[in-house]
Amino acid sequence: MTVIIDYGVGNLFSLLCSLKAIGEDAKVSSDPEDLRSADRLILPGVGAFEDAAKKLRESGLDTVLREEVAKGKPLLGICLGMQLLFEKSYEYGEHEGLGLLKGKIVPMKGVIDESLKIPHIGWNPLLFKKDCPIFRYIKEGDCVYFVHSYYATDCDDSIVATAEYSKELTAAVNKDNIFGCQFHPEKSGAVGLSILRAFCEL
Amino acid sequence: MITKRIIPCLDVRNGRVVKGVNFEGISDVASPVELAKFYTEQGADELVFYDITASFEERALFTDILRETASQVFIPLTVGGGINSVEDFDRVLKCGADKVSVNSGAIRNPSLIYEAAKLYGDQCVVISADVKRVDGVFRVFAKGGRENTGMEAVEWIKNCVNNGAGEVVLNSIDTDGVKGGFDLEMLDKVCSAVNVPVIASGGAGKIEDFITLFKTLPKVDAGLAASIFHFGEVRITDLKQAMREAGIPARV
Repeated sequence: MTVIIDYGVGNLFSLLCSLKAIGEDAKVSSDPEDLRSADRLILPGVGAFEDAAKKLRESGLDTVLREEVAKGKPLLGICLGMQLLFEKSYEYGEHEGLGLLKGKIVPMKGVIDESLKIPHIGWNPLLFKKDCPIFRYIKEGDCVYFVHSYYATDCDDSIVATAEYSKELTAAVNKDNIFGCQFHPEKSGAVGLSILRAFCEL
Repeated sequence: MITKRIIPCLDVRNGRVVKGVNFEGISDVASPVELAKFYTEQGADELVFYDITASFEERALFTDILRETASQVFIPLTVGGGINSVEDFDRVLKCGADKVSVNSGAIRNPSLIYEAAKLYGDQCVVISADVKRVDGVFRVFAKGGRENTGMEAVEWIKNCVNNGAGEVVLNSIDTDGVKGGFDLEMLDKVCSAVNVPVIASGGAGKIEDFITLFKTLPKVDAGLAASIFHFGEVRITDLKQAMREAGIPARV
């Protein structure tokens, strides 16, 4: 079973539906026991980094998450959930993340071409950097749906895919049993469902 | 490189799609869920559900339909129509909408965009503007294009974006329904004034109109249309193919 960690951030309806659509036994939960008994975990998130990091800590679920990941349980962070996996974010100040992956979250502003719009919204093809088990059913060039204004950098040891937006932005990361997608697989049509299916087979 | 989005718009009343016609492969063209699935398979990048109901009971039916669609269709869904308060945002977001488009609601209550953006993020708030030339000036119209608000359109849209609207749907009343192509002059003005995605609406009659749109105005992010998709005059698969052949980045 896959548990979507509910720490009070964002709307989890679509994500839950997408897992059910691929036949996965899934539930949304904030109960530490559910996280412990799950086969794999998904850390979702939309909104601001500081608020999300605070809610995750206050819920105490960050500790459970760390324990389960240390045991080798697969974890997938989505969008802000992926950003939380890193050490730090510079979104409105400087904030601590989970530090499960090396790297930091920085604004796109000032980094990408001025003519491009922020947030980066829309479908953008994936450029593969390394083999990754959650990409086993998709191919390079497949498009996925992004909505974000900040991105992960200094994460060379975990980056597995990028998307070009005047420069290559981190699109997906993986280190051991920890996975992250900056894009929304639950909103990326058949390609997104294939990524979720591959994750649910881990 | 980010692709240009193609967005069919479905008008929904009493839980049914208005203007749905014949399609090979779907038995019930008036079913929003079936039509949404059909368009998704054809390669639509996003869907807009426009609630044209008025009564409370019908509104509940709309959210039921939305929930059912969101549980079966996994591309971004935008909901518009009857959005007048933050509570309306909440109602449709809980049923699976990703973005909410406001039109008359933002004209009546100018703080709506700001309040919603603060709660749900800029990416969630879409300003949809119905604009028409009146004596050579672009004016914002309310109530489905029936009432001239007297406001200058580009300034109004800029204000909405400054207040937190993360995307603009620009519907030209002048070209809407004419099928002679998008309103490039109006779109150009708005694209130059804001730095958020702009979605062109009103005027598409054939595939070439989309090609002209994206070639002439590379700053336009998406094209939205309703009847030409519903009546099968333009198939999204053919449109995407033509875009790629013309060198316009498109998701297939």
